[in-house]
Amino acid sequence: MENFAPLTGLIGGILIGISISILLFFNGRITGISGIMSALLSPKDGEWLWRFIYLCSMIVGVIAYSQIAPPTFAPSSSYPKLLLIIGGILVGFGTRLGNGCTSGHGICGISRRSSRSFVATSVFMLAGAITVLVIRHVAHLTS
Amino acid sequence: MKQLFITAIAGFIFGIGLSVSQMIDPNRVLNFLDVTGNWDPTLLFTMAGALLVTLFSFRIILKTSKPLLANKFRLPSRSDIDYKLITGAALFGVGWGMTGYCPGPAVASLGLGSINSIIIVLSIASGFLLHKWFFKD
Repeated sequence: MENFAPLTGLIGGILIGISISILLFFNGRITGISGIMSALLSPKDGEWLWRFIYLCSMIVGVIAYSQIAPPTFAPSSSYPKLLLIIGGILVGFGTRLGNGCTSGHGICGISRRSSRSFVATSVFMLAGAITVLVIRHVAHLTS
Repeated sequence: MKQLFITAIAGFIFGIGLSVSQMIDPNRVLNFLDVTGNWDPTLLFTMAGALLVTLFSFRIILKTSKPLLANKFRLPSRSDIDYKLITGAALFGVGWGMTGYCPGPAVASLGLGSINSIIIVLSIASGFLLHKWFFKD
């Protein structure tokens, strides 16, 4: 349990919750990042710009925060690239097939009490945990 | 125009939230998923923090007839649990466990300028295109 940071974890989560609430209250939109991201690849009438602005603002938020409080973790460039590429493709394919990711299903869906999102969130959490178990403790691909 | 301003504010706060919680650190995510190893429950607090706000706010917001700046709420309408939902969530979970990145933190981490962020975003985009090609939609 080294590096356990419940307070910043909680505050970060509250900020994410506030951000999601703002988008719903003002614009009537669900914050589903995989949906926002993938829609950028198939531009539709007037739906493209807000998604682009959203993602850019998110990146700007990260840059702004890193100026105030430089990240305490080092980006690990040593992580196996093949894992990153295959895993990334699975994230993209899976979130489209399952219609959502951590934000859309895990937060927005559960907050709407959607049974689909409860199921999806349980499944991807479990699959994630099993995958880390296999990679770290069975196959010893990473430490 | 007002809507786009709100969009920018919301995205910015989301980015700050991902930074503060350190969800943009893939190791933090992998340690959270590593329940049988040296488990780091930090992100459980992040999820709880977000849900604490949204479980409450969604209930109030969705009672109003329409959003402040738009004509209607755009909400998913499906409630069926099919093989695509389960398979998709499972594949996403495997990818998440392989990389430590889900879509939000992947894009957001571009702001930290590491090569891995670029690789993961391009890989996720390839997955989107693969799905599009596979299902021809």
